[in-house]
Amino acid sequence: MSELKKIATRLAYGEALREFGADPRIIAMDADLGVSTMSAIFGQAYPERYIDMGIAEANMAGVAAGLATTGKIVLIHSFAMFAPGRMYDQVRNSIVFPRLNVKVVGSHAGVTVGQDGPTHQALEDIALMRALPGMVVLSPCDANETRLALRAMLDYEGPCYMRTGRLAVDQITQDIPGYRFELGKGCTLRDGKDVTIVATGYMVAQALKAADALEQEGVSARVIDIHTIKPLDQELLIAAARETGAIVTAEEHNIIGGLGGAVAELLVENHPVPMERIGVRDTFGRSGDPASLVEYYKLTPADIAQAAKKAISRK
Amino acid sequence: MEKQKVLELSLAAAKMRRLIVDQVYAAASGHPGGSLSIADILAVLYWQELNIDPKEPRKADRDRVVLSKGHCSPGLYAALALRGYFPVEDLKGFRQTESYLSGHPEMNKVTGVDMSTGSLGQGFSSAVGIALAGKLDQKDYKVYAILGDGEIQEGQVWEAAMSAAHFKLDNLVAILDNNNLQISGSVDKVMSPYPIDEKFAAFGFEVIHIDGNDMNQIEGAIHKARTIKGKPTLILAKTVKGKGVSFMENNYKWHGSAPNKEQYEQAVGELDAEIARLEKEVAAQ
Repeated sequence: MSELKKIATRLAYGEALREFGADPRIIAMDADLGVSTMSAIFGQAYPERYIDMGIAEANMAGVAAGLATTGKIVLIHSFAMFAPGRMYDQVRNSIVFPRLNVKVVGSHAGVTVGQDGPTHQALEDIALMRALPGMVVLSPCDANETRLALRAMLDYEGPCYMRTGRLAVDQITQDIPGYRFELGKGCTLRDGKDVTIVATGYMVAQALKAADALEQEGVSARVIDIHTIKPLDQELLIAAARETGAIVTAEEHNIIGGLGGAVAELLVENHPVPMERIGVRDTFGRSGDPASLVEYYKLTPADIAQAAKKAISRK
Repeated sequence: MEKQKVLELSLAAAKMRRLIVDQVYAAASGHPGGSLSIADILAVLYWQELNIDPKEPRKADRDRVVLSKGHCSPGLYAALALRGYFPVEDLKGFRQTESYLSGHPEMNKVTGVDMSTGSLGQGFSSAVGIALAGKLDQKDYKVYAILGDGEIQEGQVWEAAMSAAHFKLDNLVAILDNNNLQISGSVDKVMSPYPIDEKFAAFGFEVIHIDGNDMNQIEGAIHKARTIKGKPTLILAKTVKGKGVSFMENNYKWHGSAPNKEQYEQAVGELDAEIARLEKEVAAQ
């Protein structure tokens, strides 16, 4: 694992948005949380194209849609609980249905939000956005990948959702030989033959640690980073099921409707193999420090390793 | 407004009303009441006030119309078809599987539709966004958002209103179709939004009261709105729901239901008589 300092994906996002922000078509909006979502970093550099919409997320989504009809690339920001959580209908009917070029960026996703507790820990956002026809759903795992995901999202013409996290996380991808980012393509971060751990976002680092632990026990685990949950890299995942014969998904999201659901839907129709899902097990979050919540909800490398062994035993 | 102009606009509105009834009857569903109530407003906009070119429907500097009360698509479709955006013949397909004329307007399917609408309250926010883009890009187009009086029960409308005034969008004109009826009954009995004028004024709008079925008053309000600087305008248009079809007027049951054959024939009889009368008067001028 890299010795680089930990960086939250929300911070990497804000810095990347400033980096790519010179394009005059870009408009960034926030609902009074710019210093938390880090969209304010863009706002400091480009105040004339940064709009605070106040605490009114539904209106922000609609105004973004209107702006996008004139050819602008509009990025709207809040906590994932509110963007897209609070504005689901607006995202569906005013943005995704007319295929407008609006990017919804939800920070503070998952239980690693920590002390703010369940009302602010989005665990259903991927499920909501994944169900929308034509929506692109991104969930990058570290600073480098977040930057590349933002670049790809800006280059793609159409609606997208990206979730970022509050917690500072390990930098992983810049050290992986052969790593390259392509929208809709998963990345094999580590090869293995006994089981494949398919992870997204915060859980990618946990999956790599689990693979290290499994190696100590003589289990060879492949690790695939799925930064684009929709469209899903079907080819890579079916090949992993075929070649390793067991799958574990890992996400900081409800096990219903998110990455685990997407992979299960794909494999059950194409190449069913024993599969286990690591994630929040159909419950709400709770207040606490992030590290203890990761243990409480069984999202640790040890939990992933255990699930991997269980999947292998079911072969 | 000259009498000749009033007659011509009234004729356009009468033809729209006939097409509204035709569409809803052919589809055996749809929303005639609120479509009929805004026909006069649509006539003044599409035949006189809007800077638009049906031959260049996506022209960047065009004025925009956002039908935030998207269920009144039969009215908008009738206006667009009569102005040449697509064949009048196509209206027969309204709400049918093979047609591009959905129950609610779709910007990617219907030429001349500036924003997809239907989920109430959302179109007003989009109109704010288009007006905001006009300010950012220093364009001088106007954005007209047509809202229902039931629609303003949606909280999003007030979020949008707050932002329109905050951004000083004097290029935004909201036209509120105040026919006082929604699907379940009187707006004031279901969930009163009154006093509408005081609410919008408190939110920072210039408010203009008109009879929304009077061509002169509609034109006057739109012209006055152009002179207002530094804030958006609300034209509070008192209208008659179902206007032009005697048995549909002021009856909430015609919010979202289609006439049967007998009712359709009566409606067409009334509207065709009105069209014939207006054509004769226009010719006589």
